[in-house]
Parts: sequence; structure tokens; C-alpha cells
Amino acid sequence: MKKLSFIMVAVFFMISASLASASTLEEVQKRDVLQCGVSTGLPGFSNPDEKGNWTGLDVDACRAVAAAVLHDANKVKFVPLTAKERFTALQSGEIDILSRNTTWTLTRDTSLGLNFTHTDYYDGQGFMVSKKLGVKSAKELDGAAICIQAGTTTELNLADYFKQNKMKYQAVVFDTSDQTVKGFEAGRCDVLTSDQSQLYGLRIKLAKPEDAVVLPEIISKEPLGPVVRQGDDGWFNIVKWTIFAMIDAEEMGVTSKNVDEMKKSTDPNIRRLLGLEGIKGKGMNLSDDWAYQIIKQVGNYGEVFERNVGQGSPLKIKRGLNALWNKGGIQYAPPIR
Amino acid sequence: MASVEHPQKTAWWNNAHNRALLFQILLALGVSVFFAFIANNTIHNLEQRGISTGFAFLKQKAGFGIIQHLIPYTENDTYGRTFIVGLLNTILVSALGIICATILGFIIGVARLSSNWLVSKLAGIYIETFRNLPLLLQIFFWYFAVLQALPSPRNSLHIGKKFFLNIRGVYLPSPIFQQGFGWVAGAFILAILATIILKRWAGKRQEETGEQFPVFWTATGLILLLPMVAYFATGRPLSWEYPVLKGFNFQGGITIIPELAALLIALSVYTASLIAEIVRSGILSVSHGQTEAAAALGLRPGKVLRLVIIPQAMRVIIPQMTSQYLNLVKNSSLATAIGYPDLVAVFAGTTLNQTGQAIEVIAMTMAVYLTISLTISFFMNWYNARSQLRER
Repeated sequence: MKKLSFIMVAVFFMISASLASASTLEEVQKRDVLQCGVSTGLPGFSNPDEKGNWTGLDVDACRAVAAAVLHDANKVKFVPLTAKERFTALQSGEIDILSRNTTWTLTRDTSLGLNFTHTDYYDGQGFMVSKKLGVKSAKELDGAAICIQAGTTTELNLADYFKQNKMKYQAVVFDTSDQTVKGFEAGRCDVLTSDQSQLYGLRIKLAKPEDAVVLPEIISKEPLGPVVRQGDDGWFNIVKWTIFAMIDAEEMGVTSKNVDEMKKSTDPNIRRLLGLEGIKGKGMNLSDDWAYQIIKQVGNYGEVFERNVGQGSPLKIKRGLNALWNKGGIQYAPPIR
Repeated sequence: MASVEHPQKTAWWNNAHNRALLFQILLALGVSVFFAFIANNTIHNLEQRGISTGFAFLKQKAGFGIIQHLIPYTENDTYGRTFIVGLLNTILVSALGIICATILGFIIGVARLSSNWLVSKLAGIYIETFRNLPLLLQIFFWYFAVLQALPSPRNSLHIGKKFFLNIRGVYLPSPIFQQGFGWVAGAFILAILATIILKRWAGKRQEETGEQFPVFWTATGLILLLPMVAYFATGRPLSWEYPVLKGFNFQGGITIIPELAALLIALSVYTASLIAEIVRSGILSVSHGQTEAAAALGLRPGKVLRLVIIPQAMRVIIPQMTSQYLNLVKNSSLATAIGYPDLVAVFAGTTLNQTGQAIEVIAMTMAVYLTISLTISFFMNWYNARSQLRER
């Protein structure tokens, strides 16, 4: 019933919220804190540590926006949401950004009143099975019981994949990823399916991670990125260009450590990025050093990736598709000029 | 003091009756205008924000699997059908829960009043434990602590390789009805009809002559024997399909998923602890003189309870039972916490999320709970009115 009342309240806000029509940027600046919707706990993407500080790739996307808008990456209030609650929370204005490993799809982009900004992680759906089953490929999973998180694209991809391969399955659907892992661990299901990056994250949460293996098959495209409400183009631009600035910074070799030195650079690209020449932050109604603040306080895309999900983290995920376009991946941002 | 015998003709708006009517019409108008404004405003805002509205989504393909469906369901069915599937699952767990909780509650409630020290203390401990723990916690307890301690499918507990119990649920043989089974079913219905007639006749005879007829034993014989005779006469038209371990899981037979079991146990055990106290209060509300009078007439304790105490206690019990039944139905929505596919989990969960049409989905869900609750309420009120003291 808690969920139900949450949604009802959210719906009520949806009805009343539009009466006030101040832009999201003005609201955030007035409130002096950014409200960011994240997951209920997913290592590498959004997960609270022992002290209750949120860390992860999705968390850093919000911190970067806060750095650009409020000059302080710590002025973020994180709102943990289940997959089911996330869109209503954004539609109703309870959060300013949804940065919660959310897959960009046609339906979501066009019929929920939301806009996807940019893909900050290219993912795909995979399977994790218990080692003792001796399964080597997803094609051998006919008749398996499968644990899934409710309200995800995963649920739909799974049905498609099994139908295409003429296999049967039983879907055991849980609310949060924690419960999904618990169900898998207890043996309620043979397989846990989710985005592959999450599987690595959830695997560390198991009591005995070595007993589970992630199967090689990737059965879907899952472009994940921050989402904002439709109809506030200014705010849409800010979030979009925050991600672009981080990717461009990596491409130019500007990091949180060398950004102050880089201010002396004569490279016009770097000078424009750091707000020393060009249009600066005017088009977005931000201060000139918006990108400088992002890089200084949060880091460039490569730093954020390695720190949260890459070699600097327990997940050790390779860059793969998420490498820059000139390094074999597909991460590409428009030029800042 | 001169009293006014012929009051002056007053203007119609000064007439109390007319005035009340006027205000009621104004209020009704005001309320409708308010709701029309809200509805209009909502639709306008949703459109402006590019959020789809309307009920067309019910005809779209759902594309996700549901583990337990009482009607045929596949991923190719529509969102509308997920609504029905979820609704039936909610009704299933609620109906079973109400039956189990009532039976268990009555037993515990009577046991609480037992003159046997041990029995009454045990019942007391049961009540105090289960009614004082949050229901959600109990659901988690049954699901994660008890059921998940069961073995894996390959090491299932079994009875004669026909009934299996493992962490994926209980697997039972399912009956396959062959031609001629209609006769057995017919015989069963006939036996029940015969029992009803027999009971009427026996009641009438007892009123006229005072002689009693062993209705219970005759009825049991009828209900068991008649279908049995039909069964053998038509050449045993019933076979069983047994569950078999194939690959990862058992296939065939009937499956009771652990989510249903956990939710049902938790709801029954919790509500039974509340019902037990209601039953106790009902029984205690009947004056002790009634028991003594019945005993003085020579009735045995069992009959005293059944014929004298319970019928009078029911008047106190029924109204409170109604609230407990309503609570049970509403509490069944906690199913979503352990992944039982009830209406809230399936329809207000996955379907809402896939379509994003919160207002329509939540409105439909609320309408369902309201309808179920009002139906129960209506039925219980009718039953209550029937069992009230009829003063002659």
C-alpha cells in the first residue's frame, strides 16, 4: 500500500504542479539543491556506502549537473526509486533528473512526457546463472525460472528472446534489485537477468560471488542515460551538455587533476571548454566556468567511468562500447564551440 | 400569549424544506464543477506534457510473462488481460485467506477460552505473537526464512514420486477428466440437493415429533457414496497427470508457487490472530447464565457451544469480522514485496511502468479494491441483518 499511496500523491502533484511554471533551472537555483532520482542500490551506478554517501556513475552524472548549476557537486539530494516508481517521480516533479540506469526506448521517450538526454553508458541485457548448473549458453535455458526486477525493459526483452528461440521460462518478478538477488541466491530461480553491467554489480553482492557466472550472450541494446521532463528545453540542454562536456574533456585530456594547469593552455578547444573564450555558459544561463566546475569537482567521463565501474572499482568492467569514438568505442560528443 | 393559529403564507425560500433542498442542489453542483475542473485540468496538463492518456493501452500487446495465471495468458496477450490475470490472483489469495483465517481464528478463539490451561495459554501466545508483529515482516519471514530453506528441485521432498515439495513450490498431480466424468459431477450435485431436502425434512420432523434424525452421517454417506457409485459405473473416467522433473524444473501437474504459499500463510496466520480475539469477545459477550441454562436442559458441552453460545455470539462477531475481511483483501496488496503477481504487482506495477499511464491504471486499481470491499461489506451486512436477534 505504501507504493500505491506514493503514486497517488505523485499523481496529485502532477495535477497541481503545472500551475507553477517556473523553469527547472530557476527552481533548482532557488532551492539550492538538485533532486536526483537514483536506484535503491546498485554497485557501480548508484549505491550508498557505509557512511550513507552515494557513489556511482549515475550519481556522478547528477553531481556534475549540480557542479555546473550550483557550483557545488555535493548539493544533491538523492531520491532512491524502484524501477516502478521512477517515471512517476520525474513526471510529478519530485525529482529534477532521473539518473537511474534507465534504458532509452521509443515508448518512454515519446509517450511518458520525458526526454532522454544522452547515453552515458551503453549496456546490453545478459544472464547470470549458478555455476553448479553447468550452463554455458543462454540457449540452454529452456524451462528455467528467471528472477527479474519489475517494470524494466528487461522483462520485455526476456519474453522476446525466449519466444524467438522457442523456449519456455517462468518469470519471478521482484520489486528491487536487492530482492531479486536474494531470490536468486536462495535458489528460487535458476537465472538472474538484467543489464550486463548490473549483473557484475549484483554478483559482488552475493555471499559467494564465485559460485555464479555471467553468460556471454547479450540479448538487447540498453542505452542508459539521464532523463528529464519534456517541455523544459533549457534544462534539457543543461543536462545534455553536462554529459557532453565530460566526454569532450576526456577527449581533450582535461582531468580533475590537471584542469587548473589546462587553463593556461593555448588550445582553443580547451579554452572554450573551460569558459575562457567563445559563447561560455550564456546559452544555458549558466556561469562561464560551468564546465570547469564539472571537471574540477567530478572529473571527465573517463575518470568517472574508471572510478565507479572500471579498473578503479571492484567491478572491473572494460570500456568496450563506452570507450571514446577515437579509441574503438562509440562515446562521442558534439564539439563545444 | 397569543399563539398564531394561521401562520402567514411565507415566501418559498423561507420554507425550511425548500431551503435545505436548495442548498443540497448548490452543494452537489459545486462538487461536480470541482471534479469536472480537476478532470479537465488533468487531461489538459497531461496533453501539454506529452503524456499519453485514455484507455487505448488496454488493447496493446503486453509482452511480459506472469508466473501464475488462472486464465490462459501468454506474452502475446494484451495489457487488458494482465488486468484480469492480476485481479484473479488477488481474488484467489484473498478468498483462500478469508477461509483459512476464519477457520483458524475460530479454532484459536475457542481454544483461548478452553478450560485446559495448556491449550488456552498456547492460544494466548499465538495471538500475542502474531497480532503484534507487522504483517510485512511476517510475509518476509514466511517467504525468505521458511520457504527458502526448502531443497532445490533436484533434491525435492516427495511422497511416492507423485507429490513434490521444493523451493520452487508444491507440485501436485492434476486430474484429467475423461468422457463420462459429467455423471460423477452430476451425482455429486444430486447428493448435495438430497442433503438439503433431507435437512429440511429432518428439521420439520423434529419440530413435530421431537425425534432427531442423524442428518450429518446420512449426508456424509450420500455425498461420498453417490459420486463413487457413478465413478465406478462409468468405468473410472478420471486419470492423473504427474509432475516430472524436466531440465530445470518440474513440468506438468498443478504448481502452487511459494509466493502464493507465503502470502497465504502470512495473511491467514496474522488475520486469524485478530479473528481469534473477536471470537473470544463474542463468546464472552453471551451471559454465563445461557451456558448454565443449556447445561441444565441436558445439552452436552459441544451442543451448548454450537446451538446456544455461537448463534448469540455471532451478533457481536460478524460486524467486526467484516472489517477483518476487508483488511485482509487490502493487505493482500503487500504481495508485491515478495513477487506474488497480484493486481498491484502486475497491473499497478509492471503494466503501469511499461505504459506510463499512472492515472488510468491507478484509477482502475482503486476501483477494483473499492468494488471488492463494497461487495464483501454488502454481503456481510446482509448476513449480519439475518443473524440479528429477531424480537417477537
